[in-house]
Amino acid sequence: MISLEGLTTLLQTWLQNTLGEPWAFAAESVLVGIAAITLFAFLGLALVYMERKVAALMQIRLGPNRVGPKGIFQTSADTLELVMKEGLTADGADKFLFNLAPFMVMIAAMLVLAPIAFARNFQIWDLSIGVLYVAAVSSVAVIGILMAGWSSNNKYSLLGAMRSAAQIVSYELSAGLSILAIVILTGSLRISDIINSQADGWWIIKGHLPVLIAFIVFLIAVTAETNRAPFDLAEAESELTAGFHTEYSGMKFALFFLAEYVNIFIVCAIGATLFLGGWMPFHIGGWDSFNHVMDFIPSSLWFFGKTMFLIFLIMWFRWTFPRLRVDQLLNLEWKYLLPISMVNLLLVTFMAIMGWHL
Amino acid sequence: MGATSLLILTLAAIVFSAGGILVSKIFVKGSQNAQKGQAYECGVPTVGKTWLQLNVGYYLFALIFLIFDVELVFLYPWATVVKEIGWMAFLDIIIFFFILFLGFLYAHKKGALKWM
Repeated sequence: MISLEGLTTLLQTWLQNTLGEPWAFAAESVLVGIAAITLFAFLGLALVYMERKVAALMQIRLGPNRVGPKGIFQTSADTLELVMKEGLTADGADKFLFNLAPFMVMIAAMLVLAPIAFARNFQIWDLSIGVLYVAAVSSVAVIGILMAGWSSNNKYSLLGAMRSAAQIVSYELSAGLSILAIVILTGSLRISDIINSQADGWWIIKGHLPVLIAFIVFLIAVTAETNRAPFDLAEAESELTAGFHTEYSGMKFALFFLAEYVNIFIVCAIGATLFLGGWMPFHIGGWDSFNHVMDFIPSSLWFFGKTMFLIFLIMWFRWTFPRLRVDQLLNLEWKYLLPISMVNLLLVTFMAIMGWHL
Repeated sequence: MGATSLLILTLAAIVFSAGGILVSKIFVKGSQNAQKGQAYECGVPTVGKTWLQLNVGYYLFALIFLIFDVELVFLYPWATVVKEIGWMAFLDIIIFFFILFLGFLYAHKKGALKWM
């Protein structure tokens, strides 16, 4: 049976045998680049389609259904339309920063892909500080957003960017603290170590109440970090038109839009990796035959299944909760989520030292 | 793949973005007129400067964020060794959080966490 992890080792040995060491490495680099770009394009198309279909499902309507069967080519058609649009630059805009901002956002989104494990042994770079790296690099996107808002020479953009930045940096704290809960239990920042520690049950199951609280805090925090409703103040359509990318059009707008959806995928992938076991199949400690049956489902399927479930959850939030005000948003973080996650961290530490998680 | 992967991913992002923009540049024939370059403001001409003064609240939140973020960075190495060190680590973190909490309380008392 061909699986994702088998394919990469097969490819690697084949390349090394035919090309020799340095050229094989170059070929692999090119392949990784192509794979990352393909993943980006595919995610953009698939997630936007999914968003619209989920919205339709929630509101009891059909959603896109004209282009292709069940409307699956709708997003491709939209992309084509965006490519054909002229990219405008406002007169008073700071041209250099205005053009640099979409690149910043895209690079930040792309770099976070490096430590994510898509399947067993299928990871671009398994670095020893994986979790810290993800937390650090994903917050670089704020610079791109501020750049876009500031350089646009538009009040809506500036206000949207400031709101977005305030929101992202605030919620980063509680997201970071809930990630720490898992780091304490695992004792390692390496993504593969974290996944392997869940071989006898996912953390959300064997971590008891504190991990469950951490998971919920994480979910709320990443919803806010990706500027999704109910925390989409940065682009509240009724007051700020489109937030920081009001002045962007054509392909540059498409890049912001794409980065937004890729970011949703990335945070959900991190959530799935830390709390739901990543590519690790559903295992229960001690039930060897049951675990063996579960191993037959490919690991990539487990990973994408969990990630898609979390994405669905975040899309569900959008149609369930009304939008918050700025002061409510900041109160929620600073007066509720941050104290809760700090106390929760103490609980997790207590649990880890007592050894109750084993 | 090691640290080279970061270079490759950065290049991939640049190629992807630049490629997209370039393709649209090639296909699109734009026209020029005076209204096109104006800021989007619902059809009404923009009034006043854009780069105006913003609510000071944003900066206060950014400052408090900085304090907590640095604290978070300190916590990462601590979190990896908690299980080996045991109760001493627990005591440490309680003292650490207590000091941090005092700072948080001060900020709260001074009204830094109040919007407007």
